[in-house]
Parts: sequence; structure tokens; C-alpha cells
Amino acid sequence: MNQTKRKRRNQKLAFGIVSMLTYLIVLILILMLVFIIVRGIGVISWEFLSTAPTDGMTGGGILPAIIGTLYLIIGSAAFAFPIGIMSGIYMNEYAPKGKLVRLIRMMTNNLSGIPSIVFGLFGMALFVNKLGFGDSILAGSLTLGILSLPIVIRTTEEALKAIPDSFREGSYALGATKLQTIGKVTLPMALPNITTGLILSIGRVSGETAPILFTCAAYFLPQLPDSVLDQCMALPYHLYVLATSGTNLELQRPIAYGTALVLISIVLIVNIAATLIRKYFANKVKMN
Amino acid sequence: MKRFIEKIIQGMLTVSGFVTSIVILLIVLFLFTEGAGLFSKPKVEDGYEIVLNKKNDINTLSAEQIKDMFDDKITNWNEVGGKNQDIVLFRLNDITNYFAEEELGEQLEHVPAKISELISQHEEIIGFIPQEYIKNDFAGKRLDMGNIKFKDVFFGKEWIPTATPISFFGILPLITGTLWVSLVAILIALPFGVAAAIYLAEIANHKIRDILKPVIELLSGIPSVVYGFFGLIVIVPLVQNIFHLPVGETGLTGSIVLAIMALPTIITVSEDAMRNCPRSMREASLALGGSKWQTIFKIVIPYSASGITSAIVLGIGRAVGETMAVLMVTGNSAIIATGILQPLRTIPATIAAELGEAPDGGVHYQALFLLGIILFLITQIINSSVEYVSAKNKL
Amino acid sequence: MNKIEVKNVDFYYGNFQALKNISLEIEENKVVAFIGPSGCGKSTFIRIFNRMNDLIPETHLTGTVNIDGIDIYQKGTNVDALRKKVGMVFQRPNPFPKSIFDNVAYGLYVNGIKDKKYIKQKVEESLQGAALWDEVKDELKKSAFALSGGQQQRLCIARALAISPSILLMDEPASALDPISTAKIEELIWELKKTYTIVIVTHNMQQAARISDKTAYFYLGEMIEYDDTKIIFTNPKKESTQNYITGRFG
Repeated sequence: MNQTKRKRRNQKLAFGIVSMLTYLIVLILILMLVFIIVRGIGVISWEFLSTAPTDGMTGGGILPAIIGTLYLIIGSAAFAFPIGIMSGIYMNEYAPKGKLVRLIRMMTNNLSGIPSIVFGLFGMALFVNKLGFGDSILAGSLTLGILSLPIVIRTTEEALKAIPDSFREGSYALGATKLQTIGKVTLPMALPNITTGLILSIGRVSGETAPILFTCAAYFLPQLPDSVLDQCMALPYHLYVLATSGTNLELQRPIAYGTALVLISIVLIVNIAATLIRKYFANKVKMN
Repeated sequence: MKRFIEKIIQGMLTVSGFVTSIVILLIVLFLFTEGAGLFSKPKVEDGYEIVLNKKNDINTLSAEQIKDMFDDKITNWNEVGGKNQDIVLFRLNDITNYFAEEELGEQLEHVPAKISELISQHEEIIGFIPQEYIKNDFAGKRLDMGNIKFKDVFFGKEWIPTATPISFFGILPLITGTLWVSLVAILIALPFGVAAAIYLAEIANHKIRDILKPVIELLSGIPSVVYGFFGLIVIVPLVQNIFHLPVGETGLTGSIVLAIMALPTIITVSEDAMRNCPRSMREASLALGGSKWQTIFKIVIPYSASGITSAIVLGIGRAVGETMAVLMVTGNSAIIATGILQPLRTIPATIAAELGEAPDGGVHYQALFLLGIILFLITQIINSSVEYVSAKNKL
Repeated sequence: MNKIEVKNVDFYYGNFQALKNISLEIEENKVVAFIGPSGCGKSTFIRIFNRMNDLIPETHLTGTVNIDGIDIYQKGTNVDALRKKVGMVFQRPNPFPKSIFDNVAYGLYVNGIKDKKYIKQKVEESLQGAALWDEVKDELKKSAFALSGGQQQRLCIARALAISPSILLMDEPASALDPISTAKIEELIWELKKTYTIVIVTHNMQQAARISDKTAYFYLGEMIEYDDTKIIFTNPKKESTQNYITGRFG
């Protein structure tokens, strides 16, 4: 009986420690979010979001950074989405199963494991210097696009894999070609899951700093860019600048909190949007 | 016609299929061509020469010795095995100390001759002179320092990329800095991460799990600058006060921030591994009178050991490559770290901090690309080993 | 005295009632077989005796289950101790990814036994009890996964015997095995019944007829009939039982 008592006590102790550590993590993370939200919320206003920085970045808003990040998102998506989706389609529908697919998948995994600063180096060597785009939205978008390729490819492949073969066979049986089957049956069915992945990749792109340090990001630009060969400001880089350099760190603090809050909000919105889309389509499929 | 279009699209799909492979090849190509160029560059700053008087017995000097001379740490030739004479340093802009401006000519056309004259007259002089002023009839002794060598980089203990006359590109301090910060980060994150994985996979009920899981996934999406910002504002002062340090930007600060950032990866991967432990095995253990905790500790954890290992390795990979957060909180001092409470600097942070100032194609630029290669190789090795382990487990 | 007494047991998965008002008694050192078509509740029922169903969320039980005269569902029951007394062998062999020795010794370890000599002796006894000793005595350090399916199942029986239970629950222990291994397990059950009270779930009627003293027939969560095996198989009182054993359905 003594033995079973000890067993129970050990279990209680172990569970206690495990739960405590878990809740400690959750607490730290929530504290972090609350800290930034509380300090940032007062700064956020329509004016903050719609004007350019003034007084050596100690005043004004963050509009150029928001616009710049928006351009980078659109630019990288224009590059990565079509190529990534096509690549995913090739892997799941066309490539002969076996070694080849495994090789491609390995390459995709490896690409996703490369640190973002290495993408920055690569983008600088290829797009900025070799191809002569200079520090520009074009170079930054291409670099970020490459970085988000693995996410797009993987979600497309997973989404297509989840479609049962019976649907494809049904389409073939009606005389459709492979491409028609993909275009009319497989891809539309996989679309909700693909969309979720694309949205999540936007979240990733909007927060990356290291890849755009040397390919695009501008410390400060008074006017908005008017061509893809112009530099632009970007939210994450702007936060970095506000936090570490600039004319007056103390006066920049509130703006930095506001910028951090905007960045976190993007991540939140992206995640919520992805979840909603998933749920919406899941219900729709059930109703049919 | 329809067939033709279909063929074209199919071709495009095939090409896209290989896009990641092509990108990786390009990355390797560009990093290596830029980075490897470093080894064909002279040790002395490009376009300059180190020159001595012909009567000086010294025929070779190490890079460190030259650096110490120009830093006034070595002041007599006998310290490097020469005669007992005080060393006289000569840089190009010192020339006006020796000659009047009219002597140098209106277009400075007499400078080479005057330099040659100066060097041959002073036995104790060491000069650092642009090659364009050294003509064929130069009357001094030119020291051949050779090119930057493999061992200068990989075993070099000093990273001083912008010094004159000689820069140092020893990567040891950066590698030790990277390892310190990453390993300590994992040591901090591991108990928390595994505990949270156990809690989510084995203890928490469905409702709690359904709340905690998305929160943790959300955290992996928060940009690293935000973590860096939080670290800078909250953790830096915290570390400074707790350990009574002159500055709070230390390796430990970086480790703490990295630990927080690595947690979602460690938790998600370990939890998946634990969930893969078959129910039949848990039931067998419970049916033998094992308590729930004994079952977790003796069956589930050993069963998912390789998955947990993958989680750790992936966490290290993420920590090694993380740039912005680390750049913002570790203090960036390029000295070989002897403790985690010192400011130190990692490879990615070095690239991010210095590439902006390094002239394109120069030695410093190439050295930073070499760092990129090292970073690339480390993360590729980590990734492949994780893949190898998980592939082996599937069999 | 009866080893096991079940009175008016209802069992629910959420709102679904899986067992309906079941009462039965099992005498010591007897083999009792539960038979019936898939989904009839027989596997749910056997997992009641060691409270294995506790692991499934949102289940609950009403009624009483007494083992050795003690209600195992009363508040404060030590489930670990109960499971030490009531051993279980599962449908598919489920050895741990450990050595043969460690598999058998596991139950002793988790119950706090540290005496190495005793553990060694107990492992040997249990492997002999499960008729596996002669086949594995020279390779106790080998992984349990190196054994054949039939050997693995006997290893799982040995593992259950090592903690000296007084009741052995067997949930279709031979269903995943070939005929030769099945015969070996059945032989083993004959031997074991001298020392243990055995409850076995099977959907192989010949097996039930060969090895059990009493048989209970389940259908749609109800226990239709419970009697001596001979009577069930030669002269069942209910038509439903008759239909099942003559193979008209199931």
C-alpha cells in the first residue's frame, strides 16, 4: 500500500511540475502580447496609420512602411503563388512517385530550412548586383517570394493529396483529360486548403526583415515609391530601425510600440482569416 | 490545338516542379562564387603594400605583428627578431611630415620617387603604401604577405573586418558566439517545451488543448523583430539587473529570446511524436498497473525519443539561423566568448550588421558571403539529419 | 465465493448505451468466454473489469462490479492496484519497444520492485508460465519485436503473469495469430486456469467451446444467455443464441 501511495505522490508531483511549466510558458507569451498591446494601443490612430514619419522619425505615422510592406506582399505573391502552386500540382499529379518526388520534396524542405539572412545574401548577389535591379521593391519581392515558395508548394501538395482518387477517376471516366480534371475537379476542391496556406505565407512574408535588409528596405523615405525599381520602407525593418537606431530612441519608443502592434495584428488577422476560411469551407462541404 | 496547349502547360508545371531545386543550386552557386573569392585576395588591404628598408634584416612578418606595429603595441624591431631600433610607421598621409608640398609636384607626380627615397634613407621605417605609388625603380623592400588562407579564416581568433593595414577574418569568435547562444537557448527551451508537449499530448483535456494549440501556433508566426523588440525592452534590463552587469545585451539575453522563439517548434514537433505512440502500448502499460505518469515516462517518452530529438535539432537550426532578434539583444561584440554573460555576436547577426557597410565585391563583402556559406551548410546538415532520422523511423 | 460479481451494469459512450443491465457471476479458477457478433459489447464488457474504459473520454457506468467482494467502481478505488490484480492480454500483441526481459519485468518495475534477483526469477517463471521460456531463454536481451507474432502474444501473456494477477482478461488473444500459434495459446489457457480466473472474449465459437467452462452470449449490448459452455453449445435456451452458434448470422 505504501508503494501505491508513493506512485500516486510521484504522479501528482510530476503532473504538477509539467502543468506548471506549461502554464508558465503560456503566461510569458500572454504577458508579451499584452505588454505590446497595452503600450501600442494608445498610439494607434487613423492619423498614425495614414501619415508619414516626421521630425526625424520621432513623430508622425507609419504610412510608407505599411504601403511598402503591402507592395512587398503583393510582389512576392505575384511571383511565389503561381510558381508554387504549379510546383505543388506537378509534385502531386504529374511527377512519377518514388525517388524523384522524394528528391524534390527534400529540396523543398531544405529550402525552407535556410536562414532568412542567407536569402538576403542570395537576393543581394543575384537580384541587386547580378541582374542589376539595385535595392528595389522588385529585388525584395523576388527574395521574399523565394523564401515563401516552400510554404506555398507544401500546402498545395498537401491539399491535393487530401482529395480522394475516386474524384479524379470519376472525371477521367467521363472522358476528361488530366489537365481538365485538375482544372475542373481537383484544384477547385483543394482551393480552400491552398488558400489557407497562401494566407499563412503572407503572414510570414510581412514579418521578415533579414531578407529585405540589403535588397529593398529603406531607412527613411519621405515619399511613396512610384516604380518597382524604387526602394521602399517596410514595417518590420521600420520597427528594427525605431528600436535600435535613429535620432532619439526615447521619443521613438511609442512609435515602435505602435509599429509592433500593427505587425502583431497582421499576424493575428492572417491566422484568424485562415481559420475562418478553413471552417467556412468545411461547413460548406458538409452541407453538400 | 487543345493537345498542344495541354502539352505546354504540362511543360510549365514540370519546370515549376524543379523550382526549389534550381533555387538551391543558384544559392549554392552565388554564395560560393562570392565567398570563395576571399581566398584569392591578399592579406594586406587590396591595392596596398607593406614596405621596409633594404638594410632591415626582417624578411617576413606575420599579420598579427604588422597589426601590433600599426597599433603601437610593438615599437621596437627587436621584438620581432630585428635590430634594436625603434619602429617608425609611415602611412601615405605622413608624407607631408617629410616633404614640402612643392617637392611632391603639382600633380603629385613626384610622390613615388619621394617615397622610394624616404624608405631607402630610414632603416627603421615600415611603410603602408598604395601600389600605384610603387614604381619599378622602388628602392625599398616589398614584403610579400600572400593571400588570405583557409587557416587564417577557419582558425583565426579575431574578426576585425575593416582594420588597416590588415583586416582579420577569423571566424572562431562568431562560431563560438553562435554556438553559445543557440545551445543555451535550447537548454532553456527544452524542459519547458517537452513539458508543454507532455501536457498537451497526455494530460490536458480536449477543451484546454483546443485553446492552447492555436495560441502556440500563433506565436510561431510573430515576426522575429517583434521578439527582438520585446527582448530589448524587457529582457535586456532584466538580465542586467539580475546579474548586476554593466550592460544587459549579452549572450544570455539572446538565448532567452531565442528560447521563447524556439518553443513553438519544439512543442509542436514533440507533441506530434508523442501522439504517434500507439494506444495499445499505453494500454498495455496501464493494464500492468503502471500509473499514468509511469506510462508517460517509461513508454511514451522513450517511444517518441527520436521525434523529441528532431524537435531539439530543428530548434537548434532555427536558433542558429535567427538574425534580427539576436542582432537586437546580444550586444554584438566580436570577441571569443568565455561566458554567456558577455556581449557576443553570432554569424547571422554579423552578416546583417556589416553587409550594409561592406563595399560590393570587396574582401569584407566576400568574407560575409563566406559566413553565409557556413550558415547555409550548418542548417543543411541539421535539416538532412532530421530528415534522415524521421525517414528511418517510418520504416 | 464468486471471484467476480456484476450487478445491473449499464455502460454509456456519451449518449450511446453500449451495455444494458448486465448481471453475472464468475467463479474462481474458471474460464469464462464472451461470444457474440462484432459490436455486441463483449469487448467493452471485458474492459470493465480492469477499468480500462476509464481511458476513453465521456464514458460512464452505473451498477456495481465486485471483485473479491469489493466494488471496484466505488470512489477512492486505486485503479493502478486494481490493474495489478487484473491482468490483461490484448487483441493484437503489443510488446513494448524494449528487450524481452524488460518487457516481462516492466510490470514489476512500475510496481516498485527493485530486487534484481527476485525480478530475474519472476521473469523466468512468467516466461515458463507462458510456455515461451525454452524458445527465448538464450536471447532475453533481444528486442521483443524480433519475435514472431505468436511468440509476441505469449510474451504479452508472460508480461501479464509477472505481476501475479489473480484474474486474466483476454480480449480475442488469438485473433491476429496463425492456427499453430492459436493452438499453443489455447493449450496455455488450459494450464493457466489452474492458477487464474480467466475471462476471454472470442468470436471463434469452436475456441469458446474448446477452452471455456462457461459462456456468455452478447447481442446488441445485452447479455442474452449465460450458462455452462456445454449447455450453450448443445442446448441453448434462447433462439437468438441458437441462431448465432449455428451460424445463421454474425
